[in-house]
Amino acid sequence: MTDDTLMTPREPQLIALNVNGERHEVITEARRTLVDVLRHELRLTGTHVGCEHGICGACTVLVDDRPVRACLMFAAQAEGARIRTVESLADGNRLSDLQRAFSEHHALQCGFCTPGFLMLAEGFLAERPEATKEEIREVVAANMCRCTGYQTIVEAIDACATARRRACAQTCPSKED
Amino acid sequence: MTRQERGRPLVGRSVPRREDRRLVSGRGRFVDDIALPGMLHAQFVRSTVAHGEIMSMDLSAVRRVPGVVAAFTADDLAIADITAQLGRPRSQFVPTAMPVLARDKVRYVGEPLAIVVGLDAYAAEDGLEAAHVEYAPLPPVLGEETALADDAVLVHDEAARNTLVDVSLFATDGIDDIFDAAHRVVEVDVTTGRQNALPLETRGAVAHWDDREEQLLLQTCTQVPHQVRTVASRCLRLDERAVRVVVPDMGGGFGQKCVVGREEIAAAAAALRLGRPVKWIEDRKDALSASFLAREQHYRARAAFDTDGRILALDADVVCDMGAYSCYPFTAGIEPLMASAEMPGVYKVPAYRVRGRAITTNKAPTAPYRGVSRPQYVMVVERLFERAARELGLDPVEIRRRNVITDFPYTGVNDITYDPGSYLESLNLCERVVRDEGWYDTRTAAAAEGRHIGIGYACFSERTGYGSSAFAQRKMQVVPGFDISEVRMDTSGAVTVTTGTMSHGQSHETTMAQIVADALGLDIARVRLHQGDTDRVTYGWGTFASRSITVGGSAVRLAAERLGDKLRAIAAALWDTEPEQVELAGGHVRRRGGDGAHDVLTHQEIAEVAYLRADLLPKDIEPGLTATATFDVFNDGTFSNATHGVVVELHQGTGKVEILRYVCVEDCGVAIHPQVVEGQCRGGIAQGIAGALYEEVTYDAVGEPSATSFMDYKVPTAQEIPEVSIHHLETPCAFTATGAKGAGEGGTIGAPAAVLNAVNDALRPTGTELDHTPITPQTVHRALNPEPVP
Ligand code: FES
Ligand code: FES
Repeated sequence: MTDDTLMTPREPQLIALNVNGERHEVITEARRTLVDVLRHELRLTGTHVGCEHGICGACTVLVDDRPVRACLMFAAQAEGARIRTVESLADGNRLSDLQRAFSEHHALQCGFCTPGFLMLAEGFLAERPEATKEEIREVVAANMCRCTGYQTIVEAIDACATARRRACAQTCPSKED
Repeated sequence: MTRQERGRPLVGRSVPRREDRRLVSGRGRFVDDIALPGMLHAQFVRSTVAHGEIMSMDLSAVRRVPGVVAAFTADDLAIADITAQLGRPRSQFVPTAMPVLARDKVRYVGEPLAIVVGLDAYAAEDGLEAAHVEYAPLPPVLGEETALADDAVLVHDEAARNTLVDVSLFATDGIDDIFDAAHRVVEVDVTTGRQNALPLETRGAVAHWDDREEQLLLQTCTQVPHQVRTVASRCLRLDERAVRVVVPDMGGGFGQKCVVGREEIAAAAAALRLGRPVKWIEDRKDALSASFLAREQHYRARAAFDTDGRILALDADVVCDMGAYSCYPFTAGIEPLMASAEMPGVYKVPAYRVRGRAITTNKAPTAPYRGVSRPQYVMVVERLFERAARELGLDPVEIRRRNVITDFPYTGVNDITYDPGSYLESLNLCERVVRDEGWYDTRTAAAAEGRHIGIGYACFSERTGYGSSAFAQRKMQVVPGFDISEVRMDTSGAVTVTTGTMSHGQSHETTMAQIVADALGLDIARVRLHQGDTDRVTYGWGTFASRSITVGGSAVRLAAERLGDKLRAIAAALWDTEPEQVELAGGHVRRRGGDGAHDVLTHQEIAEVAYLRADLLPKDIEPGLTATATFDVFNDGTFSNATHGVVVELHQGTGKVEILRYVCVEDCGVAIHPQVVEGQCRGGIAQGIAGALYEEVTYDAVGEPSATSFMDYKVPTAQEIPEVSIHHLETPCAFTATGAKGAGEGGTIGAPAAVLNAVNDALRPTGTELDHTPITPQTVHRALNPEPVP
């Protein structure tokens, strides 16, 4: 263990974060979680906090393309990684297909859990575009929603995945090639 | 929306939700998203003992913690207590004060004692650890038996036997004789676990004094902004106009946020003291253990039946454990009074007797939670019917058929008049769907293989549209019920509408706009809703009891119609015709029968006359375009109804209850937005299943709550909540301006009863019947695997 890992929690440090393709430098206490730094230092308040102990998934963001609970990670640990938050999904005012699917399927009511589910799905579908509805349900079970009863969230993600596959079948070179 | 669709009414269609764009983009604004210059952060020193006298509290070390700005006790802040009242004789109701910060005594683990304010939430939390509090512990009162004992230790000195409410509302003459003479009497002893409504966004507030407005601005997530304003102004001794409550986006509430909490008032007091903005965000640990809970009830009930399975009498004793304090404004009466008044539900019960009690214990206090007592009493009544069916050898659906109300309006033995509903139709349809899908055959086949599949139903109504008269019957000293709306059109012809209700996920921005757009013949994109701001909204009772569309939506509709009348009057004057000759539709103002260009005006053209060319208005029309309307329901409310059908399988090895099928047939009158109604049903059902199978806060012998994190409080996920198929029936409501009945709570009301009945159906071969929720795997396992007799 080197000396600087023994810093008292209140001692500030300078860290650099790559969030949504932009580099940010923040002076912050070593003990601050990634979600707190995103929300309160960078003012990217789209990512939410529901439990601070890694169960609800409201704080889910992508770290190097993988869904991660930003309440379980110190901001300092995310240095050097590519972080993506819900704010990155839309292209300007144009919502992404996933965001539109959530709206079309009424996959949100209060919307508090929504950024977490969107990032979870974004990361998962990128990794497994061929996911079945059952697999999607299993993944969705990682996060909590208190309003919707989950069915419409599963349907929204499934519809988005299906539409992407259909579009891909028309334009992508086939996998066997 | 296509051009053809534009002319059609919006009510009844699932138009795209207006709130979605910002919410899916991360641009919603929830309380914790608010940041103000110089803002400080609060946390609360909370009691670590369930019951005790506070001997001393030393915050000096707290104040020395780096980053801590201040720490205040109750005495430092001198805030008045919150006291909820019922206008009932002392024998029926004992009022108790809830201090904003505990002063002399603590009454539950987690009760706030002092507020610590720091530069950030981390610093405030550091401060908590330096607080030094000494208690003289008292024996905790943690259960019904201890609470009601003759020599019980008292939670509140003024409440003998720890009883806050004790009412015997109904007692039909000669009811005992009916029981004596009945062909069959069945009994149940049902208990339900203490639950947390658990909005995903915890409670929170940001408070500061605005010098320019000379106002305290309290931004907080509440379902009842005007009521929070009243309490805040009284506790802080400010004129009510000197307090403005603003509610940003809200991440759910489910009733937990429809009572006034202590922490937001304390945060406001601290902000006033410090002259700086103070933010408080409840953490999940506090939200789970020390926030408002609900649902811990005990029913001893019996019912008398004749040989045909007709119910002759219902007799119940209800005890609700309300925890340490009576919530404002509903009081500790909320659960027992609801249960007592409405227990007969959808059935023709000729004789009825009930006693309802609220007891106080050393547990976190309770608030209303989606469905309030109805999930419980529906479960009790449905259990009674199931048991009677078994004993009389009748089919469980058939016995219900023989007893549901079919002639409307029907005035029950509980003095409530039910408006028309589809009780029998929903029951029949639900059973048919389950039967047609082959679940009865599946059950038979499974039984032959030694598997345990059960089918259960719940048939119920949901009283919604509680107007002032319904709440007045409850004898609340502040009587909720009406709502006021204002519709205002600007010179561009765009409209702003206000509502006193408060959406926390129910899509008011969309549904209220649908109502207004229809009434004015206006494009929905030109309607915008204002809610949750006591300075912008005249007055309102907020959102609870599924009242938003029934009461709030009716006020919105009436106000919009009034504005429509004015638009028509102006157009008529311009055309020199009668207002009846003017119609508002398809985004235009048209002269009936005319088809020329001069027979059509835009809303903007009329609006310009109303504001910018008032000289053109006839003398009897005032300039400007605003209209206000108030709506109240003057009868006993309106009753949505539903039947839920559930198929479960019990797993022999694990005791797991798996839901194989869930069918819901619901009738909420006119559905403004069917997709939103289905969303409410599904979400409600998920919470009902949570109560039936998973969630419970228990307390150990010293009063420590079991559930302090999501490791201990089992919130169901997408793996536990099944798909739900929903069938709609529509019996329009005659008492509301929209024809709608409320749809917010039905799912939660029906699910526990239907699941419990299905589990008991599956357990039938074992001879065991379960009467407690949540139904744990342990109890199911025990029932399926009885220990061998030694
Ligand atoms: S806030 Fe991170 S998992 Fe709940
Ligand atoms: S939409 Fe409210 S928590 Fe999911």
